[in-house]
Amino acid sequence: MPVIHQADLQIHQTAFPKQSTDGCTDGSRLLSVEQLSFSYPDGHPALHSVSICIAKGEKAALVGPNGAGKSTLMLHLNGILTGKGQVQVGGLEINKKNLPTIRAMVGMVFQNPDDQLFSPTVYEDVAFGPLHMGLDEKEITRRVSAALEQVGMSRFASRLSHHLSTGEKKRIAIATVLSMDPQILVLDEPTAGLDPRARRSLINLLHEFPLTMLVSTHDLLMVRELFPRMIIMDEGWVVADGPTEALLADPSLLEQHGLELP
Amino acid sequence: MHVHAFDRYHDAHSLVHRLDPRVKVIVTFLFILSNLLLPDGAWLGFGLSWGLILLGSVASSLGVGYTLKRSLIALPFALAAATVLFSIPGEAIAQVQIGPLLLVITDAGLLRFTSILVRSWLSVQMAVLLVATTQFPDLLHALRHLYVPGVLVSIISFMYRYLFVLADEAMRLLRAREARSAAADGQTSGGSLPWRARVAGNMAGQLFLRSYERSDRIYNAMLARGYNGTLLTINPHSMQNQDWVVLLIILLLLFSFQLIGRIPGL
Repeated sequence: MPVIHQADLQIHQTAFPKQSTDGCTDGSRLLSVEQLSFSYPDGHPALHSVSICIAKGEKAALVGPNGAGKSTLMLHLNGILTGKGQVQVGGLEINKKNLPTIRAMVGMVFQNPDDQLFSPTVYEDVAFGPLHMGLDEKEITRRVSAALEQVGMSRFASRLSHHLSTGEKKRIAIATVLSMDPQILVLDEPTAGLDPRARRSLINLLHEFPLTMLVSTHDLLMVRELFPRMIIMDEGWVVADGPTEALLADPSLLEQHGLELP
Repeated sequence: MHVHAFDRYHDAHSLVHRLDPRVKVIVTFLFILSNLLLPDGAWLGFGLSWGLILLGSVASSLGVGYTLKRSLIALPFALAAATVLFSIPGEAIAQVQIGPLLLVITDAGLLRFTSILVRSWLSVQMAVLLVATTQFPDLLHALRHLYVPGVLVSIISFMYRYLFVLADEAMRLLRAREARSAAADGQTSGGSLPWRARVAGNMAGQLFLRSYERSDRIYNAMLARGYNGTLLTINPHSMQNQDWVVLLIILLLLFSFQLIGRIPGL
């Protein structure tokens, strides 16, 4: 992996101005991260003054090599990790009081569906979010069937999670956050470990969602197909943020950050 | 590849399968209690209890031999009670010489031992029947709605969910070891016993670390969906008339077994 010096980063940051200047006006701003820095308890720094802003309805991809800080950044978006800096969702500052509201607004799907699906049955897993939001039973049932319907898994409600295939688990994992009626969908490597058919059907599924999305991935073909905006991270820095086509057209940028367009 | 070996549920449509899981849990619990309360040597009472299990097996279309076969696995544990053979005063019927030790088997000891054996064997059969006719999640619901503490039910629930994941993980580790357990020409594979033991120890440690890290990720996933320390469940079950009827009939039966078991001379 190439060593990135801060001097290089400056160049990229000027070459690709932050999205906050294009498209993220105050009125449409859904998610904003400002000057966020974070180090893990062992002292290893994972994020360096990261600033991004996602507008309502925007679909953005988060790419970069392993260890770039993508997952760490995502864990900040609903307050599971808290670093130095500012994170706002829907105009709300992340703090103890706002946390329940923010967790309902940010639908976070983790990379490994075995971590996401912790209940014995599919139905209970999809109902977990709404149940903990304090909704009544009728509304929970309605939301669970709507969410399963949306991912095309209605028949799976009573199935046991551990008997499903990886592709099925991924769909259910997405349903578990759709049932919370989120404002923004945050997915961590949704196509990792899927066979081509499962990958294709997941991409088609994501294509249909009208939701705002922030998706971390190594799948640049999917990025090109689904996400007009791309944010490149490396070693805890946001090194580029701009229109996908423009960034993908810069082979030296991609190569410098360990990315490869097939 | 997944390990499915732990699922003991036997899918079928029968009266027993359709019963409310709460009824089945209560009946199983009381059945075990009733076995414990039957006096030593109450053979008729034990026989009737077994009849109830056979009835349940037939009604749940599992067949007569099903619980019998599955229950054998628990028999070795009953051998822990073997000491009562020698420790209860009574008429000597046999002697065993083990080194300097002379053990005397008494008739009262033998009676107690066989009764314990029969009790545990019957109890295990009922538990086998319960698990075979009730989906595990339903069982958890039943426990929750019978006011078993939530933390305990959550622990059982997580254990059930992740036993499979853990077993898969262990299987992958074993396979990785096997794949690298090669031998050069003319050499035997593997090292000394202490070396092998160390490898096995490392694997166990690895498994623990992986599980520990996974538990962290699961907790994050729970937090992300609004978990705040109390696990909530919804109850899809409701007691029907037939549930109450079955519960009442079995309670009466168990009560009568107790009476019959206490009639002297039977």
